[in-house]
Amino acid sequence: MADHAPTETFALRVQFDTEAQQKDASTLGMWIFLVTEIMFFGGLFAVYTVYRSWYPDVFAIASSSLNEIIGALNTGVLLLSSFTMVMAVRASQLGQQKMIVIFLILTLLFGGIFLGVKAYEWNQKFEEHHIPGQAAFHLDGVLPEGQGHAQLFFSIYFAMTGLHALHMVIGVGILLTLIVQARKGRFSASYYTPVDVAGLYWHFVDIIWIFLFPLLYLIDRHLVK
Amino acid sequence: MITAAAQERENYLNASHGLKSWFLTKDHKRIGLLYLATITLFFFIGGAFATLIRVELLTPQGNLVSSETYNKLFTMHGVMMIFFFLIPSIPAVLGNFFLPIMIGARDLAFPKLNLLSWYLLVVGGMFSLYAMLAGGVDTGWTFYTPYSTTYSNGYVIATALGIFIAGFSSILTGLNFIVTIHRMRAPGMTWFRMPLFVWAHYATSLIQVLGTPVLAVTIVLLFLERVFHLGIFDPARGGDPVLFQHLFWFYSHPAVYIMVLPAMGVVSEVISTFSRKAIFGYGFVAFSSVSIAVLGFLVWGHHLFVSGQSLFAGMVFSFLSYFVAIPSAIKVFNWTATLYKGSISFQTPMLYALGFIGLFTMGGLTGLFVAALGIDMHVTDTYFVVAHFHYIMVGGAIMGYMSGLHYWWPKMTGRMYPEAWARLSALVIFLGFNLTFFPQFILGYLGMPRRYHLYPPEFQVLNVLSTAGASVLAVGYLMPMIYFIWSLRYGKVAPVNPWGATGLEWKTSSPPPVHNFDETPVVTHDAYDYASLMAEEVEVG
Repeated sequence: MADHAPTETFALRVQFDTEAQQKDASTLGMWIFLVTEIMFFGGLFAVYTVYRSWYPDVFAIASSSLNEIIGALNTGVLLLSSFTMVMAVRASQLGQQKMIVIFLILTLLFGGIFLGVKAYEWNQKFEEHHIPGQAAFHLDGVLPEGQGHAQLFFSIYFAMTGLHALHMVIGVGILLTLIVQARKGRFSASYYTPVDVAGLYWHFVDIIWIFLFPLLYLIDRHLVK
Repeated sequence: MITAAAQERENYLNASHGLKSWFLTKDHKRIGLLYLATITLFFFIGGAFATLIRVELLTPQGNLVSSETYNKLFTMHGVMMIFFFLIPSIPAVLGNFFLPIMIGARDLAFPKLNLLSWYLLVVGGMFSLYAMLAGGVDTGWTFYTPYSTTYSNGYVIATALGIFIAGFSSILTGLNFIVTIHRMRAPGMTWFRMPLFVWAHYATSLIQVLGTPVLAVTIVLLFLERVFHLGIFDPARGGDPVLFQHLFWFYSHPAVYIMVLPAMGVVSEVISTFSRKAIFGYGFVAFSSVSIAVLGFLVWGHHLFVSGQSLFAGMVFSFLSYFVAIPSAIKVFNWTATLYKGSISFQTPMLYALGFIGLFTMGGLTGLFVAALGIDMHVTDTYFVVAHFHYIMVGGAIMGYMSGLHYWWPKMTGRMYPEAWARLSALVIFLGFNLTFFPQFILGYLGMPRRYHLYPPEFQVLNVLSTAGASVLAVGYLMPMIYFIWSLRYGKVAPVNPWGATGLEWKTSSPPPVHNFDETPVVTHDAYDYASLMAEEVEVG
């Protein structure tokens, strides 16, 4: 019978018997966390669905006031970041120390660009007075009695993109930590779980945006033009 | 005095010393004890609010506190008891301590995350306590909009933020348990050899993981609306306050099962141990936990029968609510069948467990009353509902918690509690509980609304009875507090297996060593294998 309490190392925590068990547990843990995230954003999607179905016309007008070109470009940037994240995971599987760092930095860069563009878009909303809850709120092309419903759209817009951006910021923090660790050579072909699970998280945040983009920017746009 | 025999062996309590060894511990057993101390504090704070409520209701006039203060009292009683005591109670204390041991693991899968969960609960509790000390909150624990977003002057944000943070404690605990159960079982510990306590925690964790994030996002929206005037639930802009209720109850109804499923897990262990019989219908009891968890997500609309929800939706939710009775009844009948022809002994954990069965049955059956559309119209927001959910949450969840605390106390501390006092406490709590809450069924049926500090004089007799019962109940809760602490020093040293129970936790020393077992256990039998245990005893005897 094996000793019940082996000594702990960085790559194998004391509660686990084997590295495979540890990797399995970490991956499962991240997947379950992502399920909780789906439920978290799910509440927002439910809110969106209810109000979109109640006020389709106003939502179409409000939706078309968003800049779909910028939105599409930003979607592309985010997809690129997912690609470089995958490459970082691949590099760690192959044990290419330098490439891990390079791809993580590229991911960080693309994530940063996305957040910068998002900040620009938010700023535009302030300039256009599309901020819910402010007396100056006005959306062109919507009757006075519909202005409240337009505010609902922008409430949902800010809540959804804001919480998505918050997840991106957390992701940036994770990437920074990984970069520091990767530079110390902590990851190898036999131990790269942190890069792997961080990748899962990063892709998840990406996928949320893949849903947000059409829901907020694209649906019913053609009805307005 | 600690005897020499107890001193010899190194265990998780004497392996290291000092505050740091506790506040930075990664040991699931120590974290369990940290939770125990924390939620006991929250329980007595919540209890203090309940005391003030019951004293106020002694007289019909409302002469102790103003109606504003009364609103704050019942709000803070609910917030403390639900989010900071009942939700963490059994999972965070007993589950934390025993789930890894029961499946033969050294610890949970993520010990640091486990410690973080405890800190989150403490920080969340501090936020809510701050709100209470600063001036309180008066929205009710349900935070219904638009009152909570627009009109209330209370400390809504601080309280809600506290609940939000504590919610992540709950999510991470559930996540930790699920991964641990999937990946950390000892050799031979197959899914259908797991103790039912573990199955109950698996089901509970599913709810924590799937439900709590929805509450979190609902609180975020509430926060955004109150602070940044976002307007998701604002009727003036076409928003719908009923949507808040849907989102809120999507979590908060399943939350009831977060409270009661672990208690059912405890009862399954205790009934089997003190009947010296394998649980009747193991598979049914295991799956009934999971099906309660699943069905629990389909019934939230029965909280909205009078909120302007469509009649069709009301009928569907009413219909679905009845389905919860099926797995609940399976459990109760299987426990009863386990008792049948068992050799029953009435030690304290068993008394509490039997109390659970009686009170939970009452709470469950009255749940059917309020799930019926017609009856619910009559009793909504009356004391009938208050009595119903206290039978589930106090009569069910807390009785189960007390049962488990007594059952495992010898293992956790290495000391026996005084049996006679403990049996008396079980009796006092059972009687006090019924005296407190049974009159409330009648009050509610007669039409006394909840959440008012004034009431018509004809209700006074029943209210005085209820308050008298609450006093008895308070004594009942203080007794274990005193004799548990007493037992730490003066209790008899506990043997490895004081109850002659099966289960891995009874195969390791009391208290267990740091890594739970000296050698990784190998499981060769089903759970509750009392048949072969008794046969061995006969051979040896």
